[in-house]
Amino acid sequence: MSILINKDTKVITQGITGKTGQFHTRMGKEYANGPNCYVAGVTPKKGGQTFEGIPIYETVKEAKQATGATVSVIYVPPPYAAAAIEEAVDAELDLVICITEGIPVRDMIRTKYRMQGRKTRLIGPNCPGVITPDELKIGIMPGHIHRKGPIGVVSRSGTLTYEAVGQLTALGLGQSSCVGIGGDPVNGMKHVDVMKLFNDDPQTEGVVMVGEIGGTDEEECARWVKANMKKPVVGFIAGVTAPPGKRMGHAGAIISGGKGTAAEKLAVMEECGIKVTRNPADMGKLMKSVMK
Amino acid sequence: MKIHEYQAKEVLRKFGVPTPQGLPCFSVDEAVEAARKLGGAVWVVKAQIHAGGRGKGGGVKLARSIEEVREHAAAILGMQLKTHQTGPEGQKVRRLLVEEGADIRKELYVGMVVDRGSQRAVLMASSEGGMDIEEVAEKSPDKIHKVAIDPFTGLADRDAEEIARKIGVPGAAVPQARELLKGLSKAFDEMDGSLAEINPLIVTGSEKVMALDAKMTFDDNALFRHPELVALRDLDEEDPAEIEASKFDLSYIQLDGNIGCLVNGAGLAMATMDIIKLYGGSPANFLDVGGGASAEKVTEAFKIMLKNPKLKAILVNIFGGIMKCDVIAQGVVTAARQVSLKVPLVVRLEGTNVELGKKILAESGLPIISAANMADAADKVVKAAGGK
Repeated sequence: MSILINKDTKVITQGITGKTGQFHTRMGKEYANGPNCYVAGVTPKKGGQTFEGIPIYETVKEAKQATGATVSVIYVPPPYAAAAIEEAVDAELDLVICITEGIPVRDMIRTKYRMQGRKTRLIGPNCPGVITPDELKIGIMPGHIHRKGPIGVVSRSGTLTYEAVGQLTALGLGQSSCVGIGGDPVNGMKHVDVMKLFNDDPQTEGVVMVGEIGGTDEEECARWVKANMKKPVVGFIAGVTAPPGKRMGHAGAIISGGKGTAAEKLAVMEECGIKVTRNPADMGKLMKSVMK
Repeated sequence: MKIHEYQAKEVLRKFGVPTPQGLPCFSVDEAVEAARKLGGAVWVVKAQIHAGGRGKGGGVKLARSIEEVREHAAAILGMQLKTHQTGPEGQKVRRLLVEEGADIRKELYVGMVVDRGSQRAVLMASSEGGMDIEEVAEKSPDKIHKVAIDPFTGLADRDAEEIARKIGVPGAAVPQARELLKGLSKAFDEMDGSLAEINPLIVTGSEKVMALDAKMTFDDNALFRHPELVALRDLDEEDPAEIEASKFDLSYIQLDGNIGCLVNGAGLAMATMDIIKLYGGSPANFLDVGGGASAEKVTEAFKIMLKNPKLKAILVNIFGGIMKCDVIAQGVVTAARQVSLKVPLVVRLEGTNVELGKKILAESGLPIISAANMADAADKVVKAAGGK
């Protein structure tokens, strides 16, 4: 088992003819069961063409009808990416993973509003994607650092997720699924939503939760963990040294009005029974120490 | 992107938000001329810098004669204005706003932010005008009223009126306050605001409401559709190193320490700063080279870091996802040669093509200290910088 995606998932790449879409579709296809999973691409006005054997359709709806795909990944440029998410939602896909970085917040506010009550789950935007090791990789993460195993990983950051995964793999701890939820303030699934899935997933025996400054999503997740989680959770928060009022790369990574500091998040997580470390090099070790 | 008070007021006026009459000025003579043009008997001379807290720092003065306008303008223009937001060195004042004096009966607060909780734009309002909203939030959170804005129908009349009453706008001025709040909300939405504050919003002796001060910040990701806002950017208000970095699409923030960090990804960049601190060192900057870094980008990143006179050592921490380690290694070698690097350089590479990357570094003949992992990298760079 795993969460969100597995070897039987059928994927549509939205923006398959762009440079990024092409590159990462190829990488995804080369990973594990990728050849059977990447079944369609979508680029308006390029319907009927193919990309390395993958048929291209005009719309997500057509691609879904023709292939039975239930998941899409978006590499569409920022000005059009929110509309691409809405197209996937309107086509009633189960899951849309938006990799695109730099979508205006106003667009995402509207898209999230329109998604209310719809069945489609959203991961991202501005995220590395989702991987279920040895089964399927959807996104921009390096596949080779992952191993199949019992640890779930959920994170707001891209490369810091790879760091956590690299440490786990080096210690012999494989992963069930790794989910990068992205660094934007208005986005799809939050830490808590992913945590709930890991809690229900029989393969997952423990979770590494990686957060960063800004917002209160980590605190919210921690409180849920305290009340409901049946598995050990360890955590790290990036940005202990970040000065207030400065945006640290991610649109969401900012301490404003004294809220969203790393210290505050770490304190709440500890109160809620999550083992935390202040050393980003110790995420894997900490996970190992709590696994029986 | 931040803009000046006078520019924010211009934006808000277009959306029907009343403000005092005023004119921006770049010299003392212009300030005097502006006061004459505005007429009346009382003027306010206001320093225009992007930081808040200008009044407390002596950047806002009341003038009761044209002579006083001249005196204040001369004193404020060119001063290093220090506020709680500028840092100890302060910010040089290059622009002024000269406004007609206002008859203030009440000072209130209204602002807009993007709220992660509701995933919407939220209007915040308080009866405690003139104070930092953070301070109000801490001392008397019950005095802050909020309403989440429907992105398609905007701020409803009823909500606007209710908020106006709650913060103490007198009955006669409520319809006017409603229109002001709707204008603020619309401006925030249509202009892709990320923060807007009217502090204080005043009620005058004749029961009129107006924005006595205004602050607006915009979503950088949306500037492509607002060329009129891009034109308002004032480079004098930004850190030169940060401007240089933005030209190359690098995210750079200058800090107080002496260890330069060049990292891919914002989260890992923050974590790298954190681990340097944990090992007893102090980061000189936040620098995220992003996903698609080329050798050229890495070279520029080195040049920007090396302009910092405090720099004692550099740590390159790359976990290649999109980015290939051999490209980074090539960039590091090229950059180190081009800038004839004088400080110790510690490099930690991981991910795609890592072996190739390490080989390029080893064969370069440059004195690069290679690190096996993040902890090793932090330990080595802190020692190299002489921190421990």
